[in-house]
Amino acid sequence: MTRLLILIPALLMLSGCANNWGWYVVDPTTTSGWNNLKFMANGAYYTITMSVTAIIISVVVGLLVTLPGLSKKRGWRMFNRTYVEIVRSVPVLVLILWVYYGLPALSGITLNVFWAGVFALALSDSAFQAEVFRAGIQSISRGQYEAAQSISLNYRDTMRYVILPQAIRRILPALGNQLVYMMKMSSLVSVIGLQELTRAANELVVTEYRPLEIYTILVLEYLVLILIVSAGVRWLERRLKTSDA
Amino acid sequence: MPIISMRNVSKFFGEFQALKNVSLDVALGERVVVCGPSGSGKSTLIRCINRLELHEVGEIVIDGTTLTNKPSDLEKISSTVGMVFQQFNLFPHLTVMDNLCLGPRRVLGLSEEQAQERAMKYLNRIQIPEQAEKFPRQLSGGQQQRAAIARSLCMEPRVLLFDEPTSALDPEMIAEVLDVMTELASSSITMIVVTHEMGFARRVADRMVFMDKGEIVEIGVPEDVFTAPKSKRFGTFLNQILNH
Repeated sequence: MTRLLILIPALLMLSGCANNWGWYVVDPTTTSGWNNLKFMANGAYYTITMSVTAIIISVVVGLLVTLPGLSKKRGWRMFNRTYVEIVRSVPVLVLILWVYYGLPALSGITLNVFWAGVFALALSDSAFQAEVFRAGIQSISRGQYEAAQSISLNYRDTMRYVILPQAIRRILPALGNQLVYMMKMSSLVSVIGLQELTRAANELVVTEYRPLEIYTILVLEYLVLILIVSAGVRWLERRLKTSDA
Repeated sequence: MPIISMRNVSKFFGEFQALKNVSLDVALGERVVVCGPSGSGKSTLIRCINRLELHEVGEIVIDGTTLTNKPSDLEKISSTVGMVFQQFNLFPHLTVMDNLCLGPRRVLGLSEEQAQERAMKYLNRIQIPEQAEKFPRQLSGGQQQRAAIARSLCMEPRVLLFDEPTSALDPEMIAEVLDVMTELASSSITMIVVTHEMGFARRVADRMVFMDKGEIVEIGVPEDVFTAPKSKRFGTFLNQILNH
């Protein structure tokens, strides 16, 4: 796998020797190429911090939205459905624009680009997170609730010690997917000017006029980031599995 | 005074009436075996006692507390009634020890040490102390059911309900679970056992309750009902399960 990863840029580099590639813009052996690469890689800071912050918030919000959805009371379930349906139907890009340009006009609250991005991504993802949680919690058998009730655990303890620990193991692959999705969607925050990976690449293209090479590097940047995340999620899955094997 | 008293209890699932006018008193320390064909309402009967099902008509009084179908009932009877399930329902993500300690720690407010001490006491009693740190799936079915019994015992209930505790077990494992239950029966705990194990019933039961189609058809001591059941339905049922 890692060999394959090295092979891809190597092949691209080779083809660059032939005719219309201009790899000099990102050639690490030259000062300007090295600086360009550093400039692009620096964008990873915001891509990572924004995605991770947003996923943490969206997991918490998603869980808080899920629980009323499992209630026996119709009103609580309606709240859950309304939230999920409305938030899910707004495109992420529209949400980002609305939060950054619309929200200050509406509420007087101005968020900086980072927090506007986090807020929009987390809000959008929380609806999906809520659905993932719901599926996970509903997959736990009735017997587990009954056993918890038979030793008199209250609702909070039943959720905390019995249901959620089991549900989270089951939805971990789906949560991993959401994190990957979040990292990719974070590129949209470039439109409001956050200096993340995509924005950095765009700025470099404007000064260097080498979109092919620069965007190819951008693709590779996302590829590496997301492969790392996937490996991390798989590691976590294995760890949780062995702990109750 | 009986520890459990049911008066004219009825329970419906939609149109279907699962319990029809059931009345039953169980005395403190008594061991009652409930039997009957599948769908006869045996499980529903004991599930109404520990509030896994709510009854619609009639009165259930447990240890002097009349159940009102309010959530607060649960707390009142919580320390009184324990339950052992057909499918064990151990918590698969917790070790046997943690399964046993969860209730005592969170509900009874015991310290970790006290809870573990109590758990070991009951693991010794069901004879699997060496399995304490294992996860349920590493245990045999019989061991899992014994661990589930120990989990109930850790709450030190006065009444223990068994819902077909050996029905999900391979034949060679039934004996070890019944042995544990027989040993339990020699203590002062009140037991209501839904089972088809007639050998166990004969050995252990103070009274037999036969149910059919949601009704209690016959109640009697084992010697009487096994030799001469009063009702034809009970006779037919006993014939079927004793001579298969």
